Amino acid sequence: MAVKDYLRERFFPHLWCPGCGHGMVLNGLLQAVEKLGMSKNEIVMVSGIGCSARISGYVDFHTLHTIHGRALAFATGVKMSRPELNLIVPMGDGDALAIGGNHFIHAARRNIDITAIVMNNRIYGMTGGQFSPLSGEGIQATTAPFSNIDYSFDVVELAKAAGATFVARTTSYHVQQITDIVRKAVLHEGFAVVEVLSQCPTYFGRKNKAGDAVDMVRWFKDHTTPIGSKAKTENPDLIERGIFVQKESPEYCSEYDKVVERAMATVR
Amino acid sequence: MSDNKKFVQGNEACVEGALYAGLDFYAGYPITPSTEIAELLSYRLPQSGGKFIQMEDEIASICAIIGASLTGRKVMTATSGPGFSLMQEALGYAIMTEIPCVIVNVQRGGPSTGIPTHGSQGDVNQARWGTHGDHAIIAMTASNHQDVFAVTVEAFNLAETYRTPVILLFDEVVAHMREPVIIPEAGAIPLVERLRTSVKEGVDYHPYLPREDGRLPMSDFGGVHRYNVTGLFHDMWGFPSTEPRVVHGLLRHLVDKLENRTNQIARYKEYYLEDAEHLLISYGSAARSARHVVENRRMRGERLGLLELQTLWPFPEDIIRDKCVHAKSVIVVELNMGQILSSVKMAVDEPQKVFLANRIDGVFITPEDILNILRLIRGKGV
Repeated sequence: MAVKDYLRERFFPHLWCPGCGHGMVLNGLLQAVEKLGMSKNEIVMVSGIGCSARISGYVDFHTLHTIHGRALAFATGVKMSRPELNLIVPMGDGDALAIGGNHFIHAARRNIDITAIVMNNRIYGMTGGQFSPLSGEGIQATTAPFSNIDYSFDVVELAKAAGATFVARTTSYHVQQITDIVRKAVLHEGFAVVEVLSQCPTYFGRKNKAGDAVDMVRWFKDHTTPIGSKAKTENPDLIERGIFVQKESPEYCSEYDKVVERAMATVR
Repeated sequence: MSDNKKFVQGNEACVEGALYAGLDFYAGYPITPSTEIAELLSYRLPQSGGKFIQMEDEIASICAIIGASLTGRKVMTATSGPGFSLMQEALGYAIMTEIPCVIVNVQRGGPSTGIPTHGSQGDVNQARWGTHGDHAIIAMTASNHQDVFAVTVEAFNLAETYRTPVILLFDEVVAHMREPVIIPEAGAIPLVERLRTSVKEGVDYHPYLPREDGRLPMSDFGGVHRYNVTGLFHDMWGFPSTEPRVVHGLLRHLVDKLENRTNQIARYKEYYLEDAEHLLISYGSAARSARHVVENRRMRGERLGLLELQTLWPFPEDIIRDKCVHAKSVIVVELNMGQILSSVKMAVDEPQKVFLANRIDGVFITPEDILNILRLIRGKGV
């Protein structure tokens, strides 16, 4: 199947701005699904609210576009109910880690088999450029006119600490790496977090004089490096890309199957 | 006692009703006075292959059951006031996306943390209007355990029939009181199973195109029809739309599918209404004291009657109007500051003859409290 076969073309044109990184994430994601060779009927995509969340409408899977921040909670219900389905949850930085932060850490703690993709453009795009918990200090935003004083989360460290058993990061520049990582994340049995740095030239770029989309994507190329590279030791400010954690650990739905076995044994 | 007769708390009667109705997925978060429902289901559900999950909060709980319902399960969550407040946004989502689910609110005193271990009926209007935007909702209650059981089964049936959330507004008094309940044989109460689409794989399925009777045949997530579900106004495919015709049509559908069937949905019980001069209207635990007053005074030849509401929303205003026509006075008995009182006043022809008998101090209303109001109305003093 071609990538186009995974799209709902009657939903287009999409609502993303020219130069937005989210389409590049969508491309990488669909390439991964194609490589996995899964039936479209086996995939459920659950999203919340925001620019990133609209991704669910454009893909021809079972799609659930929910409320702000709660996508992982809905996805938990779907997965727990039908563990054989593959759950992919694309989220924006605010969706995943401000309003949705609690659900994020608890889904990670349970190690439920869901692939969470954090499309991190460091800004609330849909509402017009407010700072998010991933913007970081010194960033300009419509709600930080005198420069942001909020520190940002490190998604990778947060996911690791919360118990995610697959944790990776890449950027919209590294489309093949998106595909490779998302493919592995979906295959991983447990909670998988994939952070994809994505550009918002409309708000983040303009407010922070980061240039146009091309400049911002080039920034991802120049300021990131593979995990453990020599470049990182020479320049500690570089952001590492790649798979940070990939470990086997009992998955929540499988463990619940054992609960059912134990419970049924009490009534036999 | 035979096997099917149990001496239980109201919360347990609710659990029995839910399991009888086919509940097979529950998500919840502990909160007094509803917690026994979660505890019991964590034990009972996996015994029959069902699923129980304790979520990180009440918001996550309602979201999880909505997700599970989409895959074809019968789902429920239970909470109390503060948790019910947290659920309001997702409740609106279930209304908008027409996903069947049952939400139990075992009411305690509010606002805020309030008085968690005491009974109240203070969430009646929150059940009606807690979530934002125009909408219709079904909310039901019961005053004794046999009715808690029956109303819980009915809640699942209505949720599946109309593809809507149904709220069960129990209260701490009934929830924690113990009395017998008889579990009917399987099949004794008819169960409504979800209407599923007959559209074959590969044929265009319209998940949000209602049939003429207003019902929407559903396709389970994970099945052969892939479609979009969104809380945005949406067309018959589930795609977002801002088209005025679509927005108007969907809102009308969501409201009409329930409010045009108010009398069908309405459940109530009547005691001595035929010749009642003074008519008590009550529901939930408060109806126990109201019934006591009516039966006690009837023995003295006083013409009192009781209309016990089990369906609170949509409000059965036609039924209320009819039943109240000949009454000299109507006394609404409830554990709040008059939340059903105002609806009764709007329903009847003579609102000036409607009075309130209530308590809002966390203490259960007694027959004497009601009699005191009755004496005042009759001009006899307390």
